[in-house]
Amino acid sequence: MARGRIRAKLRRSSLYTFGCYRPHPSDTERPHEIQGPGYSRMVYCNKPHLHETKPLRYCSNYISTTKYNIITFLPKAIFEQFRRVANLYFLLAAILSFSPVSPFSAYSMVAPLVFVVGLSMAKEALEDWRRFMQDMKVNLRKASIHKRDGIFGNRPWMKIRVGDVVKVEKDHFFPADLLLLSSSYEDGICYVETMNLDGETNLKVKRALEVTLPVDDDVTFKEFSATIRCEDPNSNLYTFVGNLEYDRQLYPLDPSQILLRDSKLRNTAYVYGVVIFTGHDSKVMQNATKSPSKRSRIEKQMDKIIYILFTVLVFISLISSIGFGVKTKNEMPHWWYLQAPDDKDLYNPDKPVVSGIFHLVTALILYGYLIPISLYVSIEVVKVLQALFINQDIRMYDEETGTPAQARTSNLNEELGQVDTILSDKTGTLTCNQMDFLKCSIAGKAYGTSACDVELAAAKQMAMDLNGQNKNGAPNSWEKGGKEFGESEIELEKVVTSKDENGRKPTIKGFSFEDGCLMNGTWLKEPNVDVILLFFRILSLCHTAIPELNVETGNFTYEAESPDEGAFLVAAREFGFEFCKRTQSSIFVRERYPSFQNPIEREFKVLNLLDFTSKRKRMSVIVRGEDGQIFLLCKGADSIIFDRLSRNGRMYEEVTTTHLNEYGEVGLRTLALAYKKLDEAEYSAWNEEFSKVKTSIGGDREEMLEQLADSMERDLILVGATAVEDKLQKGVPQCIDKLAQAGLKIWVLTGDKMETAINIGYACSLLRQGMKQICITTVNLDTVDKNSKEDVKENILMQITNALQTVNLEKDPHAAFALIIDGKTLTYVLEDDMKHQFLNLAVGCASVICCRVSPKQKALVTRLVKEGTGKTTLAIGDGANDVGMIQEADIGVGISGCEGMQAVMASDFSIAQFRFLERLLVVHGHWCYKRIAQMICYFFYKNIAFGLTIFYFEAFTGFSGQSVYVDWYMLLFNVVLTSLPVISLGVFEQDVDSEVCLQFPALYQQGPKNLFFNWCRIFGWMGNGLYTSLVIFFLNIIIFYDQAFRAGGQTADMTAVGTVMFTCIIWAVNCQIALIMSHFTWIQHFLVWASIATWYIFLLVYGSISPVFSEYAFKILIEVLAPAPIYWITTLLVTVACILPYLAHISFRRSFNPMDHHIIREIKYYKKDVEDQHMWSRERSKARQKTKIGFTVRVDAKIRQLRGRLQKKYSSLATHNVIPLTETKHS
Amino acid sequence: MNSDTPSSSAGGTGSADTTGARRNSKRPKYSRFTQQELPACKPILTPKWVISAFLLVSVVFIPIGVVSLFASQDVVEIVDRYDSDCIPAGARNNKVGFIQGSQVKTCNRTLRVPKRMKQPIYVYYQLDNFYQNHRRYVKSRSDQQLRSPRNENDTSACKPEENANGMSIVPCGLVAWSLFNDTYNFTHNNQQLAINKRDISWKSDRDRKFGKEVYPKNFQNGTLIGGAHLDPSKPLSEQEDLIVWMRTAALPTFRKLYGKIETDLQAGDVIDVTLENNYNTYSFDGKKKLVLSTTSWLGGKNDFLGIAYLTVGGLCFFLAMVFIIIYLVKPRQLGDPSYLSWNRNPGGH
Repeated sequence: MARGRIRAKLRRSSLYTFGCYRPHPSDTERPHEIQGPGYSRMVYCNKPHLHETKPLRYCSNYISTTKYNIITFLPKAIFEQFRRVANLYFLLAAILSFSPVSPFSAYSMVAPLVFVVGLSMAKEALEDWRRFMQDMKVNLRKASIHKRDGIFGNRPWMKIRVGDVVKVEKDHFFPADLLLLSSSYEDGICYVETMNLDGETNLKVKRALEVTLPVDDDVTFKEFSATIRCEDPNSNLYTFVGNLEYDRQLYPLDPSQILLRDSKLRNTAYVYGVVIFTGHDSKVMQNATKSPSKRSRIEKQMDKIIYILFTVLVFISLISSIGFGVKTKNEMPHWWYLQAPDDKDLYNPDKPVVSGIFHLVTALILYGYLIPISLYVSIEVVKVLQALFINQDIRMYDEETGTPAQARTSNLNEELGQVDTILSDKTGTLTCNQMDFLKCSIAGKAYGTSACDVELAAAKQMAMDLNGQNKNGAPNSWEKGGKEFGESEIELEKVVTSKDENGRKPTIKGFSFEDGCLMNGTWLKEPNVDVILLFFRILSLCHTAIPELNVETGNFTYEAESPDEGAFLVAAREFGFEFCKRTQSSIFVRERYPSFQNPIEREFKVLNLLDFTSKRKRMSVIVRGEDGQIFLLCKGADSIIFDRLSRNGRMYEEVTTTHLNEYGEVGLRTLALAYKKLDEAEYSAWNEEFSKVKTSIGGDREEMLEQLADSMERDLILVGATAVEDKLQKGVPQCIDKLAQAGLKIWVLTGDKMETAINIGYACSLLRQGMKQICITTVNLDTVDKNSKEDVKENILMQITNALQTVNLEKDPHAAFALIIDGKTLTYVLEDDMKHQFLNLAVGCASVICCRVSPKQKALVTRLVKEGTGKTTLAIGDGANDVGMIQEADIGVGISGCEGMQAVMASDFSIAQFRFLERLLVVHGHWCYKRIAQMICYFFYKNIAFGLTIFYFEAFTGFSGQSVYVDWYMLLFNVVLTSLPVISLGVFEQDVDSEVCLQFPALYQQGPKNLFFNWCRIFGWMGNGLYTSLVIFFLNIIIFYDQAFRAGGQTADMTAVGTVMFTCIIWAVNCQIALIMSHFTWIQHFLVWASIATWYIFLLVYGSISPVFSEYAFKILIEVLAPAPIYWITTLLVTVACILPYLAHISFRRSFNPMDHHIIREIKYYKKDVEDQHMWSRERSKARQKTKIGFTVRVDAKIRQLRGRLQKKYSSLATHNVIPLTETKHS
Repeated sequence: MNSDTPSSSAGGTGSADTTGARRNSKRPKYSRFTQQELPACKPILTPKWVISAFLLVSVVFIPIGVVSLFASQDVVEIVDRYDSDCIPAGARNNKVGFIQGSQVKTCNRTLRVPKRMKQPIYVYYQLDNFYQNHRRYVKSRSDQQLRSPRNENDTSACKPEENANGMSIVPCGLVAWSLFNDTYNFTHNNQQLAINKRDISWKSDRDRKFGKEVYPKNFQNGTLIGGAHLDPSKPLSEQEDLIVWMRTAALPTFRKLYGKIETDLQAGDVIDVTLENNYNTYSFDGKKKLVLSTTSWLGGKNDFLGIAYLTVGGLCFFLAMVFIIIYLVKPRQLGDPSYLSWNRNPGGH
């Protein structure tokens, strides 16, 4: 707290020129004219009790994101369940089963339905409960509220009311939308981090109204009262209109006084605020969209199959009821043994139509086995188990944050295997929002030897390649030479320093610089000592940060507005220029030289600070050193700085530019540093004018300030450049590389600036040198009137069509395009008339980067991709600003482990690190897709095989609706006798193991291409089911037609025939699944064989209980069937006949048209991967989708570049070169 | 906290420990099961496997087929259709009227034994176009009633044959009501051939399903007479014709056991059959056949099974040959990477 007090003395506004100067109250600033609809909200500050009654009673601060509550759960959840067509059908069947037309007993229809619906509802309830707990965690967070008489006390967030005065401390979230009254800084400014709202990481300055500044102590709130009249709750994050009535005066309010819920107070000890919007009225909640229930593609396709089957069902029911009608009319009168008609018209030859219609209902229920109710249960069970495996995967567990991966909804497991486009957030997802000072260029000399990943990999790959060539190819002179050159070249590039060596040193956050020439004071031995000194001075002086002494370590940490500024200060500290104190007018730096024992503390007077804005892209300080000399120190974007260099300040420009390009190419963030010495007179003349303008009143004041600053920041002398690494999350480039090789397209949607986004594009290998960048931007930003909007749109459309033409006309197959578009342009582009052109262009580009996009736009872009391309999209993000996109995409993935749970809460899967996405998709997605696809196909197969036999038999009973099977057989068929093997197929099947999945990313394409669930396959399986049903039924019927089936002369009755037939079905479908499985652990073995055994055990048990229950099946096995050899040999015959076509089919397929995973399995089986490692690695490298992005492609490009250089060198050295250098080896 | 160590580091490790413990609790436990790394057998379909599987099937199936065929050939079967021949010439225009009439319906048939028939010779009656498997028919019975005299009135399922003159029928229902009532008498060389009607039903039916204390009551007392009458003095468990009849057949054409002749018959023997042609199959044009048949271990005459076995066995042999030829002519080396999709159509991703 004490520290906070000290810092609070700083009047920060005097440090700033532009960002947060205090506008003087002037005549132009009138209160907003707010009357009428839309502006009805009244807030009585500090009088929350007034808001307890209508009409001022607003919604409470309790938030709820649950779908149901206790009362609505049952009706809503039941409604949800019966929205599934199949469930509705089963419900209907269950209701009808109570009528006499039902062929089965009612309980056999109701029980499974209750079970299925109950299970799904239990799952829903559990998920909603988790959501509720999450909400409550937020609702119960404590906030400090003014109770009465200037006493503040803690109260949970949910109890906060409109009008409450809240005190929020540093690094805490705002509990509701607040009006900032005052802060720990005297001038009432505070810093907020709005990462959860828009994903932007730089701090934003908010400032209180001048009038409310005095209320900056707990006690002062005793008597504080004011009234706010403002707009109604809305979702717009960046606008706010309202008036504050205080001391009988009206003051206008604008967005800069509003602190939004879920943003965080930073760099400020505390603030006071009045609650304006609570709970669901708050802007962030208004922005939240209802989480949609998502269904996977396979499930949607399955619905179509269900429709087909339903049609088949209705069709055969119609056939059978027509048949029944005809038989009833024409033949039944002659069947005296039936004594038709009956009293209920079910069998009335005089009314065949009525009887037929009754029979239709019977038939619909009877053939219900075609549409398996158990399919849904099995799929649910399988998906839950698959999700469990995802949760349990130790390779997706992040050791650092201690978070495992989590499948939050299990509906979409198989969708993971079909992803086509990934839309990714940047900050927090690709990058960790941490900057590392990596390299610098001072006075035209590059420092910093730490290599970044791309360089390292290129070098390694090249060395390996050259070795490989020497080993395998004929060693000729050129290659020998090449190898030598290669090595020397690599040394030249200084990239062989492996990362392991770096690992030995203690890492400093924000500083990965390594170079013996600069560290530990050795820079004094460098040629341009004075320039280097200046470089360090700029680093340590030109910033707006505040130092904070870490009591525990004795080091300073810095609270900076942006992370790269922090990185500079850490760098300066490590170089021996430790920024240790800031006062109102001075900066103190401890300079450490090796020649002195103790550091020298120097004071620099800060005369002016021209701060950073996105427009200016530079910042400068004017300081007076201890020797009285005045310097202007400036850092900024290289292009801006280079424009402002004086003639004699361009000494290092050329070299520095080369360095900057190199840095930029590897994805480093660069800034150029420059300075200028000022005369006392020159400065005071300028300053006089500057101060004059600064204190002046008028609309154009800001503009004039800018002009003045501009005039000062000229004729600079270039010192050098810095390269800061926007630290990528671990493994991100590799992961993107693998995903790209798996054929996935990756779009980056970020709230960041275009430059930052492009840098990150480079760093993640989404962009590379030689890629054609298509930037689409809006030209005239300032004009907003109607006409110009049209113009702007026209202009954008022209840009798009031009670009599209370029892309289409491009002949070179290796040419890659990158599309970069900013948020403002996107607003136009996403309108209906233009979005399809945009999408066409985007699809034609290898990578797409959208910068400065709002959360809403992220969602819109996602929707555009999803609906425009019709392919599966996956959105991944970590912040609340990604929620819309996560919800909109087919699959939403949240990065957990960071702050803010919103993204995770909205997501379908959560992982701790971006790099786990690879495993999630390529391993689990691939597996789950295949498992579910095969499982569903098999499920339909087995139910068709079974269901149709019922139909055939019915045709032999005069279409009367009699089933050949005992009711229990049918009940058990799906539930016990065939369910577990199919579940084990859905849970344990692996075509190839996880290692191979990762090694051969191309295998993933089987999912997006939908090779395992296309109509061809589905109909193939249905045909197989049809065949099986025919074989089972007719073979059995012919064999047991009329002859005795035992040596004892007995003929088979209906139960015996039914039991034999059913035995054949059990054998056939279980053997079939054994043929489908390619991965047998003991579990599968056990389940398949146990299922068959269970059937016999069931027969034994069921047959031995009293005939009261077992009826016809009494002793069926031991007395009737088992002693008859024909029973056993029929089973054998039918089973073999059933699986024969499938076996022949897969055998032919294997020998003529094997699929990739077949081959790989064979390679693995024969251990060829061990014996012929060269082949194995060659195939691995070939098994990539043609991609234009990613790390590997860049490495290839780098190798090409190095080779090019090599060749030049070689041809200059050896003129007898006759072998042309080919690049084909890598393409 | 240990005071010897600097407070900072102690604090650091302390917190690291607690967080570490917390983290570890979330860490998925390693087991081969959860990591999906269970040892598995991953069979692959090699040509060797395919060919030997097909060969194995043919090697097993063809002998079975041959044996079954032989067994089937051993069975001697005499089938005699008598439904139209047993109507006197004058009544042929009105068969239904004749069968429902009260005149004597005795009919004489002559059967010639084609081959030696070893005892036991099973006597069957075969009905055609009789829907014993019709749902209305199948459901119309009361098993409780058959089992025990206590459930005598348990006839709700038996409609429309549940009671006659206000009293429950035992056995009730359409199935029992329509009991087959043709009778056969065999004479050979003017000697009566005894027909053993015991043990023609399943033992479990006699013991458990048809009660020893249940006697027929009010049977065929209604206005409509269906089929056979039952001896009210014999318990149901001894009425084996009824027990056999009550096991409804699966198909509209069915054979049911009538009795056994426990004498060998020689080839060329002539058997005279005196039958009572009582049962009405004429309403629905049903055929009636009398069948005498021996059995083998396989049951009755059943060529189909053997043929089916031979067919499947032959097909598998053929497939095995095809695969051998494929293997010889166009072998695909297993694990040959040139078959990988990216090698087969390069650039065609």
